[in-house]
Amino acid sequence: MSVANHSDLSTAVESRAIGVRTDHAAPTRLQNRRTTGRGILRRITNQVIFYSVLLGLWALLAKLRIWPPYLFPAPWAVASALWAGLQDHSFLIGIAVTMKRMLIGYSLSVVLGMILGLAVASNKFLEETLGALLVSLQSLPSICWVPLAILWFGLTEKAILFVLLMGCILSVTIAMEDGRKQMPKIYTMAGRNLGASGFRLFWYVMLPASLPYIVSGLKQGWAFGWRSLIQAEMIFLTIGLGQLLMMGRDLNDMSQVIAVMLMIIALGYLVNRLVFRTMERTLQSRWGLAPNA
Amino acid sequence: MIPNTKFVAAEPQFPTPCRKPVQSTSLCGKTVIVPIRQVECSTPKIQLQEVSLSYQTDTGSELLALDRIDLDVHPGEFLCIVGPSGCGKSTLLHLIAGLQKPTSGRIAMDGDSVTAPGTDRILIFQEHGLFPWLTVGQNVEFGMKMKGLSKAEREDRTRHYLRLVHLSQFKDSRPHQLSGGMRQRVALARALATEPDVLLMDEPFAALDAQTRDMLHDELEKIWAETGRTIIFVTHNVREAVRLGDRVVLMSFRPGQVKKEFVVDLPRPRHLEEVEVARTAREILDQLRDEINKSLEAEYAHERS
Ligand SMILES: Nc1ncnc2c1ncn2[C@@H]1O[C@H](COP(=O)(O)OP(=O)(O)O)[C@@H](O)[C@H]1O
Ligand SMILES: [Mg+2]
Repeated sequence: MSVANHSDLSTAVESRAIGVRTDHAAPTRLQNRRTTGRGILRRITNQVIFYSVLLGLWALLAKLRIWPPYLFPAPWAVASALWAGLQDHSFLIGIAVTMKRMLIGYSLSVVLGMILGLAVASNKFLEETLGALLVSLQSLPSICWVPLAILWFGLTEKAILFVLLMGCILSVTIAMEDGRKQMPKIYTMAGRNLGASGFRLFWYVMLPASLPYIVSGLKQGWAFGWRSLIQAEMIFLTIGLGQLLMMGRDLNDMSQVIAVMLMIIALGYLVNRLVFRTMERTLQSRWGLAPNA
Repeated sequence: MIPNTKFVAAEPQFPTPCRKPVQSTSLCGKTVIVPIRQVECSTPKIQLQEVSLSYQTDTGSELLALDRIDLDVHPGEFLCIVGPSGCGKSTLLHLIAGLQKPTSGRIAMDGDSVTAPGTDRILIFQEHGLFPWLTVGQNVEFGMKMKGLSKAEREDRTRHYLRLVHLSQFKDSRPHQLSGGMRQRVALARALATEPDVLLMDEPFAALDAQTRDMLHDELEKIWAETGRTIIFVTHNVREAVRLGDRVVLMSFRPGQVKKEFVVDLPRPRHLEEVEVARTAREILDQLRDEINKSLEAEYAHERS
């Protein structure tokens, strides 16, 4: 270890600093935009090709009549079932009822989940006890809450909401807790240093600092909640998308079954796209997070 | 983005910091007593008495980061702290800022014990610590908002301090859109805007290009001269310490102790390239060398293991 190499710290620092470019942000951003623009076009083309082929195969198999149509309906049969369901409003009513449940249950889960998450994150005792319990509870499929829900609430709206809540709330809670624990320490230090403490430190620093975690928790909570709700509806057989699925089965109407499945997928996709992708995008552009972070 | 203006310091009146007789090392290595400009001293602005701090390492052992530090910082003094990386400079500033508590010893500001962070002492972090969810302007406003200043005054000061660091046109940008040097300047503006008595700076200019740093040296010296703030400035760049400081404190590596103090009596305004500055820096570096070696050895030992 020679001393000479490090004999003049100051010049070493200077020479290192000279090469630093002062504004590298702008070109990188432009570049990103250009590549994603081209990327989107390519992706759309690929997807159109993929779905055309898929649809073609499906039509071909249906045409060949390997299986009887009541077990393997053709794409046009599904399309007409979809159209009929929309025409007589039964699908629209199903969507409306399911979405209303989802909104109520999800809002409730978010509020309760956040409160729970904050409580767990702010208290060492709760973190070590309740926090650990919540993580293990998350491995329980929410459908397992159905028997309990029926015993407690009977075959009621409340029971469905309870199952939905159990499917959704833990994601929010755990994300909230993660956010509090994993956000960079420097933010709270800087906040305290600038005179924030107590509630204001929480509100102006800790909450926004954990926003990326919260958004991912909200997204995951929605996905889990959505699945739980459809499952619950299939069992409880009250009006809704889940019940429409079961009705298709009871009537031996495979076209309706597939039509409803397509609606469930489409709704899930739409919400994810319109709500959560938008949230993530906003966050990314404001915070400068990497697009895949 | 840095305007081509020259910064002609309008002959600022540099304060004569109030000092106790300080033992210092002269240029030829002999210990001499530096002449004192002003003998009568009020209470120190910041006083550290036997301050120690140990960290709990991952392996469970204790790491003594700071060992019985005694330090008086006088009102209006520009104190620079140099030392090899890992010697506890950041830790020392965090303690003074009240973000950490010492394991033992006492830290006082104006004679009162420091127990919590306060807006009378603002720290500029080594890694700037700007909030990514706020714009540049909102970042600068943050401390003033916490202090409860009116909206109008906040906007006024934000404008003023952003202009001071030459970032006016970036008021509505997001921190991630700025370069490292620009972010550090925002952090400087954010700290200055709360107008603290004591400014604690943790290697604030280490990542800056030479021109920007020179400009900020001039700016900082001017602000210090005009406002009479007390500044504790940590750096590992000895030349920078001599350029800026009334006094340079040299810290030793593990345990972190005050190894030596140097009074820099060169006339202001100084320049980084001045022969006198370089010569004094050289002198301090000779003393620092052992500590750098110790720190490097520790680093390499760690890599080898
Ligand atoms: N949170 C921590 N836990 C354990 N050790 C730490 C922690 N922070 C700093 N240290 C150790 O304390 C010493 C001093 O650190 P620091 O104050 O950051 O030094 P400097 O700023 O002079 O580079 C270093 O050896 C570092 O490894
Ligand atoms: Mg440091």
